[in-house]
Amino acid sequence: MTEPNTTAPMIRLAAVDKFFGPLHVLKQITLDVPRGQVVVVLGPSGSGKSTLCRAINRLEPIDAGRIEVDGSPLPAEGKDLARLRAEVGMVFQSFNLFAHKTILENVTLAPVKVRKLPVAQARKTALELLERVGIANQADKYPAQLSGGQQQRAAIARALAMRPKVMLFDEPTSALDPEMVQEVLDVMTALAADGMTMLVVTHEMGFARKAAHRVIFMSDGEVVEDSTPSEFFTAPKSGRAKDFLGKILTH
Amino acid sequence: MNVIIDNFPLYLNGFLQTLRICAFAALGSLVLGTVIAGFRVSPVPPLRWVGTAWVTVFRNCPLTVVLFFCAFGLPEIGVNGAYFWFGVTGLVLYTSAFVCEAVRSGINSVPAGQAEAARAVGLTFSQSLSSVVLPQALRTVVPPLGSVVIAMIKNSAIAGAFGIGGDLFAVGDTLTSARGEAALPVLLGVVIGYLVITIPSGLLLAWLERKVAIAR
Repeated sequence: MTEPNTTAPMIRLAAVDKFFGPLHVLKQITLDVPRGQVVVVLGPSGSGKSTLCRAINRLEPIDAGRIEVDGSPLPAEGKDLARLRAEVGMVFQSFNLFAHKTILENVTLAPVKVRKLPVAQARKTALELLERVGIANQADKYPAQLSGGQQQRAAIARALAMRPKVMLFDEPTSALDPEMVQEVLDVMTALAADGMTMLVVTHEMGFARKAAHRVIFMSDGEVVEDSTPSEFFTAPKSGRAKDFLGKILTH
Repeated sequence: MNVIIDNFPLYLNGFLQTLRICAFAALGSLVLGTVIAGFRVSPVPPLRWVGTAWVTVFRNCPLTVVLFFCAFGLPEIGVNGAYFWFGVTGLVLYTSAFVCEAVRSGINSVPAGQAEAARAVGLTFSQSLSSVVLPQALRTVVPPLGSVVIAMIKNSAIAGAFGIGGDLFAVGDTLTSARGEAALPVLLGVVIGYLVITIPSGLLLAWLERKVAIAR
């Protein structure tokens, strides 16, 4: 086990295998994400990209291989895993805000329970974060009273409240009405510009072009291409990537 | 009917004794049952086994056998105490299995994403259970838990029959067997005593159900 250090990549996957029953969803995935890098993971549905994202904080345990976050291997289930997850922000497709708590309580829960911050301080930080994502005026409402876009921005604020080292986004805009996609992407773009290490599973090609440093293209559980956005969109190397881009960029 | 009025102090004492048994047994079984439900959904396999074994044993044993064990078995292995506490213990053990299953059904009714989000922000399993999952499970759980608690109140009569002493059931027994009063009016008094506990319990649960439904 290595100590966290500045030279280790923020995320490292080495020969990761994952099966769902007989289905081989991640095939020998090896991938390093340096700190500060914004990586967009693209691919057709069923290509394993969400599983890859969820494996990094062990919401999906892997069957073989090794995953390291900031130089430390992923712990098994228990207190150490909880500690690691506190360092890794996660944003879900379906927001998953705590339904019985207000937006402000959603954002303060983990800082108070996990980081043991005083409530007053947690509230102050939470309000600043809600301000940053543009929904400070919704702080005392319940999730169900907010639009999808507002809920997802609240979920981003909730993850940021733990001051994570890295943020994982699992199709953050896929459940949103079209007119709400941009407000969430704007928050993510600002976050990327601030230097946050991000791994984003998405279908938003605009975001990939504008904010990503790197594009990973997955198909059938494999990393098929690993390049810069401009390279990927203008000159994809593999047939599968050309096929995928042909389907999504024509309309 | 005079038998009820004439023996009102006796009935009142019996009523209060039943109330005491039920209060302790309800508190104990709700707490224990919730903990066992936590075991049953735990990521730690040995805890899950304990939870499953617990429910299997106590849900499938007749209450009478559980009470026999508490009243006569426990003293044999060196646990001594008042019959009152043996009776309460038996009711708690038996009822906790049913509480556990009601609570577990509530836990399963909370969308999986809620627990995932709780874990993703760094809450431990017990923190995510207590701060995120259980508060949301409560709403679904109130009606079945109500039935479990009311069944337990009625089961306290069986514990009474085991000689806890002085509860409503024992009052009926004393009046009919020892004093030879007519059974019908005596038992009517006993029934009224139980209804005075169970019907308000039902109303309380209905109120609680409305209250937790609004708090969202």
